[in-house]
Amino acid sequence: MPAQIPRVPIWPAKMHGGKVKQQRMKWITLMFALGAILFLGACHKKAAPPPPPPPPPPPAPTASLTANPNTIEKGQSTTLSWETSNATDVSIDGVGAVQATGSQQVAPADSTTYTLTAKGAGGTQTATARVTVTAPPPPPPPPPSPTDEELFAQNVHDIYFDYDKSDIRADQQGTLQADIDFLKQHPNIHFTVEGHCDERGSTEYNLGLGDNRANSVKSTLVQGGVSAENIKTISYGKEKPFCTESNETCWQQNRRGHFVYQK
Amino acid sequence: MHRHTLNSVNSFLSRWGLPSVARSTLVLSLLVSLTIPAAAQDWIRTGTGLGMERVRLAAADFKASTEDPKNADLLRVFNDTLWNDLDNAGIFDMVSKSFYPTELPGNPPDVRLDAWNAPPPNASMLAFGNLGASGNSMTVQGWLYDVKNAASPQVLGKQYTDVPTSDAARTIAHKFANEIIFRLGGGIPGIAESRIFFVSSRSGHKEIWGMDYDGANQHQITHLGSISLSPRISPDGSRLAFSSLTKSGWDILLFSMDLNRLVSFPRFGGTNLSPAWSPDGTKLAFSSSRSGDPEIYVADQSGANLKRLTSFKMPDVSPVWNPKTGAQIAWVSGRTELPQIYTMESDGTNVQRMTDQGYAVSPAWSPNGQFLVFSWIRHYGPGAPGAEDLYIMDIASKQWVQLTHDGGRNDFPSWSPDGRHIVFQSSRSGSEQLWTMLADGTNQKQLTFVGSNSQPNWSWK
Repeated sequence: MPAQIPRVPIWPAKMHGGKVKQQRMKWITLMFALGAILFLGACHKKAAPPPPPPPPPPPAPTASLTANPNTIEKGQSTTLSWETSNATDVSIDGVGAVQATGSQQVAPADSTTYTLTAKGAGGTQTATARVTVTAPPPPPPPPPSPTDEELFAQNVHDIYFDYDKSDIRADQQGTLQADIDFLKQHPNIHFTVEGHCDERGSTEYNLGLGDNRANSVKSTLVQGGVSAENIKTISYGKEKPFCTESNETCWQQNRRGHFVYQK
Repeated sequence: MHRHTLNSVNSFLSRWGLPSVARSTLVLSLLVSLTIPAAAQDWIRTGTGLGMERVRLAAADFKASTEDPKNADLLRVFNDTLWNDLDNAGIFDMVSKSFYPTELPGNPPDVRLDAWNAPPPNASMLAFGNLGASGNSMTVQGWLYDVKNAASPQVLGKQYTDVPTSDAARTIAHKFANEIIFRLGGGIPGIAESRIFFVSSRSGHKEIWGMDYDGANQHQITHLGSISLSPRISPDGSRLAFSSLTKSGWDILLFSMDLNRLVSFPRFGGTNLSPAWSPDGTKLAFSSSRSGDPEIYVADQSGANLKRLTSFKMPDVSPVWNPKTGAQIAWVSGRTELPQIYTMESDGTNVQRMTDQGYAVSPAWSPNGQFLVFSWIRHYGPGAPGAEDLYIMDIASKQWVQLTHDGGRNDFPSWSPDGRHIVFQSSRSGSEQLWTMLADGTNQKQLTFVGSNSQPNWSWK
């Protein structure tokens, strides 16, 4: 520690020139010596063994671990994030040794509790994070691939006729062409064309007329490229009406070529 | 002018069923000679003073000849049946029972001719007799007297023995009525023992049924559980041809009345409809779409030697043979769009169109070969569908007369074997039922009342 230097006036104002010069030198030497002594003394003091201080307690490590999200569906991943301090050795079960601070994606197959262990001079600290793995929702019913029968019902439409006629009406040709297009794309489908008539007229004549209607539809299908082998025809005349009222709306419903899928 | 003409037509029609060939010829010739426009005729009526006078016949209730307690029931069945048969015959003016003497004869010695041949009964003919059950037997004695012939009144005397049941009593009444009709009807056998075949849905499916000509004894013949239509009995009554929806489509099926089961007949493919027996029973005509379009074919009764007769687009259905000659076929063709009646030779030549307008179907050829009865919507057109009525046409002249006027759809006429009656289906009662009428359109009677009944076919004898 620095020695206290006594305050001595460096320039006595009333001294005689010569005599003053001599006294000044004395002061410089003195000061020098004093400084050296002080200096040397100080150095000597430091090198001396200090009295042993009580050892400071090493700080305990800290640790935190989170999973975000903490619930996942099987097959998905989640992010583990952790922070530690005062640790020299950090590891996570199932992951291994990790940096003191970091994050990592994991994709556990089952619900898992991750445990982070942070070891340091100050001890060991653990932190856990639970990741819940849920079963994936039942696989959405696979979009049911429609059966031929369903496709047939959706895509093949009946053909309607004028009274006492069996030729394909102009307003029915679009429908029939759509039927042809579908049936050509599904050459494995077998089906029946039923000829139906309204209630007017004789049982026998209507059975003949229904036969004409069914065959009129069939021949148009075949001309359009549908295999005749796939087509059966039957006449129901007025024996199996779709509608039983006696008016034109109902009669029109009954004058038709009706498609029926053959299993 | 009109009234005169209508009366004339009416009187002709009321005559043609009567005995003499000369009268039939007269009827035909007069029909042919009519010059008025056919379309002007809508109605014909018969009544007193028109045409040929009918035989005035009294039919006294038969009396019991034994003390058996079954007699009352048997006599009721017998007397009702006999009266209805004679009344239905269409050739008698039946004397009302209220005019009869209080004492009815049961045996020839009881008859007082003067009580019958003067007013009020003023009968020309008298039928009478007795019935008696005894143990397991029943005996019926019946007579027909010409009450104007005091010297030799008996025209007919018959005795029948059978079991004492109401069915037997009904059968004996039919037989005795037929004897009377045969004697007084110019030698044309009566129809009291004839039968009618038809389609009924009362079992839940359209099946073939049969019944006596008067609507009694209705019974189911087929049990196919499908749709069976268009029954046609063979001329000898042994086989029934009809069309039925089978697994392979509409086929002609044959049912043996003797074996009570189906017998084989070929499946031709396509839609096979409306069979018709040739009058000699050796051939069947029918409609088949085996070629892709319904056409008329003829085959042997076995189905062999199939021959196609027509070849026009649109339906050709409902053939019927000329029962007199077996040489022509009438049928329905849609070759000019709305169906019309045509005739042709049975080899397919000489096609004649018979109807000129409307919607004409279901021809039935009269036993004497001269007339067609058919169903016609004469004024067919959009918004004016018109009534569907039965018409009779003289084939040679194509003159026609309307027979039904009573509303509903009237279709599928079929002639009785004596040519005096027509059975048909009509919806006039609110459902399809079978009706009969005399061939001039009079005396219309409903035969069936249960379920839906259609397409009647009268037996050939």
